[in-house]
Amino acid sequence: MIEKAYILNEDDIDRVVRRISHEILERNKGPESLVFIGIQKRGVPLADRIAKNIEKFEGTEIKAGKLDITFYRDDIGQNIKPNARITDISFDIEGKNVILVDDVLYTGRTVRAALDAIIDFGRPKSIQLVVLIDRGHRELPIRADYVGKNLPTSLNEAVEVKLKETDGLDSVTVVEKG
Amino acid sequence: MLNKKSILDADSLSLEDIKLILSNADSFLEISRRDVKKVPTLRGKTVINLFFEPSTRTKTSFEIAAKRLSADIINFSPSTSSLKKGESIIDTLKTIFSMKVDLIVIRHSDSGTVKMVDRFVDIPVINAGDGKYQHPTQALLDLYTIKKRFGKFEGLKVAIVGDFLDSRVARSDMNLFEKMGMDVTIVSPTMFLPEDFSAMKVKHCIGDVIEDADIVYMLRMQFERQDRKFYPSVMEYNRFLTLNMDRLGKMKPGSIVMHPGPVNRGIEITDEVMDTSGELAEKIVIEEQVTFGVAVRMAILYLILG
Repeated sequence: MIEKAYILNEDDIDRVVRRISHEILERNKGPESLVFIGIQKRGVPLADRIAKNIEKFEGTEIKAGKLDITFYRDDIGQNIKPNARITDISFDIEGKNVILVDDVLYTGRTVRAALDAIIDFGRPKSIQLVVLIDRGHRELPIRADYVGKNLPTSLNEAVEVKLKETDGLDSVTVVEKG
Repeated sequence: MLNKKSILDADSLSLEDIKLILSNADSFLEISRRDVKKVPTLRGKTVINLFFEPSTRTKTSFEIAAKRLSADIINFSPSTSSLKKGESIIDTLKTIFSMKVDLIVIRHSDSGTVKMVDRFVDIPVINAGDGKYQHPTQALLDLYTIKKRFGKFEGLKVAIVGDFLDSRVARSDMNLFEKMGMDVTIVSPTMFLPEDFSAMKVKHCIGDVIEDADIVYMLRMQFERQDRKFYPSVMEYNRFLTLNMDRLGKMKPGSIVMHPGPVNRGIEITDEVMDTSGELAEKIVIEEQVTFGVAVRMAILYLILG
């Protein structure tokens, strides 16, 4: 892995997350119907950060859960299976505007799996997608509603997102797959 | 993903396999608590339950586990099959195998049958109990139950109480318990011990261990497997081996009582203990074992077939 470009640092990520928090509030006309679900694993801290921001802006409690999509993957049996992580959605999503959060949007297959998983928990009013980085190369008709940064990449590159909660620091870099 | 595709005995499970199964079980436990208790993970896979011996919990547990993963499961019952017409077990298996099944779960009253079956078919085989030999998935769910209660294994004191000789659960559990670094004592009369038990820590009365044990594991009296004369009398069994209220009360705080089920009330455990309520009831984790069994078997099916 050769580091090619440094894209976002801690302050950049902080600004992006705050901007997206405002966009979500604006588009949904307030926090009342919102619940957040972060996709394991780096979507989880991002969802928590946005929810915390909105709590701070609006002075009201915001629910945030976590979702593991391992059991909904479309490539089970083809790849080495990742160790399943915890799903914890301990609130009702029926009739809510669910804000689904992930770090990188790439082929769209993870989001497809997440949509299936969420529907198993109830029928939300809407599901909106937040991603920190959209790197292109979609294989399914999926797009994000809120994007931190559009980052055109080639297929032999990888986007590496690091977050304090999972990796000890905040950064986004592009690396060459080696 | 599991190093070994079939699960035939506890001995050949590596420490990595065990840890992998236990850590995945957490995720499957969550699925069983949802309103919609189903994920599409094993869609299109076919599992067959081949039970040559009666079973409530293991058979149902595997059936529910497979269904919650969206696999198709067929319950094969020997009593209504061509085995009754004299078809050999191998020919029956060849027939089933020809129908493109993906995994076989099998229980049989003869020790070693499952190993033989595994040699005959090219698909994974899970031992759901064979004779007096092994019951590895029971041992794994027992480990998971202990992990949930204690959060660790190292140094826990376990007393395995009862008919050790005829018990496949005891054989599998003892192996895994020791593998995880637990301190195992067998409480059993000499007539229920294998010929060479010099390597085991042995006591003859439950009273000798009850105050010190973190886990008291009561074995089921294997009436169906005792081809020699039964233990002298129930009264004598009660005196040395039965868990009664008096003994339950002597157990230390945080300690638990396990049993693979079904319980012979009045023999391994008294009615009063089984039906007790209040603080002491917290110690009896027999129903938790059953709940966790589904999650552990889901993890096993997922790791083998996924």
